[in-house]
Amino acid sequence: MRRRAFAAALGVLAALGAGVAGPAQAYPESDLTYVIPFNAGGESDVTARLQEPAFREITGQGFIIQYLVGAGGATAWTQLNAMPADGSTIMGVNLPHLWLQPMQGKVGYQTDDIAIVRLFQLTPFALIVPGDSPIETVEQFIDEAKKAPGAITIGGTGTHSAPHVAQAFFDQAAGIKTTYIPFTGTAASTAALLGKQVRAQWAYPTVAVEQQDAVRMLAVAMEERHPLFPDVPTFKEKGFDFVDGAYRGVAVPKETPEDIKKKLSDIFGQINAQEAFAKNMREGGYVLIDVGYDEVGAFMAEGGEKYREIARLLGLVE
Amino acid sequence: MGVLAHFSDALTPFHLLLALAGVVAGTVVGALPGLTATMAVAVLTPLTFGMPPQSALILLGAIYTGAIYGGCYAAILVNTPGTPSAIATTFDGWPMARRGDGDLALTIAVLASVTGGVVGVLLLLLLAPPLAQVALAFGPVEYFWLAVLGLTLISAISEASLLKGVLGCAIGLMISMVGTAIVGGDIRFTFESQALLGGVNLVAALVGIFCIPVVMDLVATPDAHLKVGQRLRGFRLAEAAGHAWTGRWNLLRSSVIGTLVGILPGAGGSIASLVAYAEARRTAREPASYGHGAPGGILASESANNATVGGGFVPTLVLGIPGTPPDAIILGALLVHGIRTGPNLFSAQSGIVYTFIFGLLVATLIMLPAGLLLGRYAFRTIIRVPKAVLAPAILLMTLIGTFAINNNIHDVWVMLALGAGAWLLGRAGITPAPVVLGVVLGPIAEQGFVQGWLIGSATGNVAGEFFGRPIALAIIGMILLTLLWPLIARRLQERREEQP
Repeated sequence: MRRRAFAAALGVLAALGAGVAGPAQAYPESDLTYVIPFNAGGESDVTARLQEPAFREITGQGFIIQYLVGAGGATAWTQLNAMPADGSTIMGVNLPHLWLQPMQGKVGYQTDDIAIVRLFQLTPFALIVPGDSPIETVEQFIDEAKKAPGAITIGGTGTHSAPHVAQAFFDQAAGIKTTYIPFTGTAASTAALLGKQVRAQWAYPTVAVEQQDAVRMLAVAMEERHPLFPDVPTFKEKGFDFVDGAYRGVAVPKETPEDIKKKLSDIFGQINAQEAFAKNMREGGYVLIDVGYDEVGAFMAEGGEKYREIARLLGLVE
Repeated sequence: MGVLAHFSDALTPFHLLLALAGVVAGTVVGALPGLTATMAVAVLTPLTFGMPPQSALILLGAIYTGAIYGGCYAAILVNTPGTPSAIATTFDGWPMARRGDGDLALTIAVLASVTGGVVGVLLLLLLAPPLAQVALAFGPVEYFWLAVLGLTLISAISEASLLKGVLGCAIGLMISMVGTAIVGGDIRFTFESQALLGGVNLVAALVGIFCIPVVMDLVATPDAHLKVGQRLRGFRLAEAAGHAWTGRWNLLRSSVIGTLVGILPGAGGSIASLVAYAEARRTAREPASYGHGAPGGILASESANNATVGGGFVPTLVLGIPGTPPDAIILGALLVHGIRTGPNLFSAQSGIVYTFIFGLLVATLIMLPAGLLLGRYAFRTIIRVPKAVLAPAILLMTLIGTFAINNNIHDVWVMLALGAGAWLLGRAGITPAPVVLGVVLGPIAEQGFVQGWLIGSATGNVAGEFFGRPIALAIIGMILLTLLWPLIARRLQERREEQP
């Protein structure tokens, strides 16, 4: 037992910890270690798993997916710049986490420390109610909230997180007051919505894709209507300048050579362009975006400004 | 395709082989302290990407159920739960092993695990859609009261003094508060350390608090690790079956409790087995024997935790909401396979779903022979290996296992620090069990309480939120019954003696 157990444990460790560096000539020459800062089975993980076949088709190499979970991603991002900066290691990044966490202080990284090479995916914010809720439109929702300020409970994932931002931002924009109830994850907050423990939920269209008629999206925070939900209006149509969501992308340790950063950025762009991958993402309710290596800097700066305002709304900064 | 056809699909040689391989691999991983069912499933998931979805599901389900079962090995033989689900198994498994009944305890655990697993899968097969509604009816307040019900166990597991038990539990609750609060976002007890922002990992805490004192005692005392009889007595299957038959109502009740708690997305195997243990002890004829090697304790804990496997798949398959952490990974694997879970899965993909459920049933049954053989091997190894090898081997395993949780060396330091603390507390008469109870149940109680308070305040009816909901009231009733039972039992006894 012991001996076999030990061998099994070593095997597990090897599977988790392997990953061999390869220099830049015909990058990548070996499998990449792709660090996911969230649990296996989560949206970041599933996205990475779906990216892998496309990555393999483009480069001939695969991913070794590792999980470095903790503190809403901060555990991994704090360690990113200490990892091998030779292109062998890449890490998933999420927004607005990277903006908000350093503003709260006490995490071990600054937003600018994280060398993002590309943002490839967006899950837009959506305001969701149970499928049989009497509230059918954004207007009704606002009326209801104005009638009894604070009485509408809205579930979401975590405190000072993306859904919390959505709630604070929309409350301010619509001049209403709602009560935000944080849950441990999207699954938990969806269960609370379905069980009528809360009256509404700030989440993403991915929830509506899974739950179908059991939930109703009142609106999505997109420029155009969501292709899977042509009947659901955008907040823009309703007169709110609210286009935002949770973004996913990929980063490398800061010291990674420029040419590798560019190459990686291009590869992830090609993955997005691959039809099988794109179809899978679309059907899941995700929106593919292409913020390439040259545009990331401006995007991050602009978003950083906006989120400083939002952090003030949440009471995170003075 | 009829239901029988799905059953025969689950019985193809390939699927049988997958079920066997999954159960064995899961059992081995689950047996190692630190390596949990979640990790077993996560590590082996990539292997399944080349398979058809129903085969992948059978393999993952078999690994999962095997790992939950495997947790009992370390619980019984080393007083360290191999997975969080096996915490309650240590209460009676370890005392049994110490007095020389380790082989019997392992066989009882197999019988209980298989029974619990089968009950869970059958309920999944027959009642999944209505049971899923139970998961939804369970709100924050109910989670709070469920955690409080679990906390009433302090009285049962405080060996020497209740005060020390409460003290230990309070220490556990404090440990559970370290880090960033999910509800509220406050940063607590981190002492400005980055590493503690994410809190104390539950598995690291378990391994440290339970295992390190065991290793230290191994080194510090001259006694043999376990007492052993003159000769090996085989499986002691008939004896174990006798205990299972005597405790058949306990077994059945614990299996149902396990299934129901497994359905709740915020709970899990550890709470299921703790609640089942508390109920078993309350209704036992000799509650005082619990905690001192009562076979009923193992029956309750092991049947309940394996029943959570079937129970956890209820919300996973019906609602697309994972019942337990391994379910979340399996759900992710399904998405990679291009299967969309949710309300339509049962109708749209019934072939895959039913083949999987039957496959899980087969895997659970395979656990009986596989578990008996693995258990005997584990027992023989642990009693034959000299202490000089055993202690460092266990210590090394805990280091590797703890590191592997998150590939994070900080978890190892936390584990060692908590282990040293637990050893010191042990010198003061505070045993690991109440501390761990606090660590496990603290976050659930806290989140449920704060969420319930927020919801109650929003609707202007905090008292109604906490005391006005039927399920909450039922749980409160059970809490009162558990707390007052010793008094009630004494009163009944007196009355019986008055009327000859």
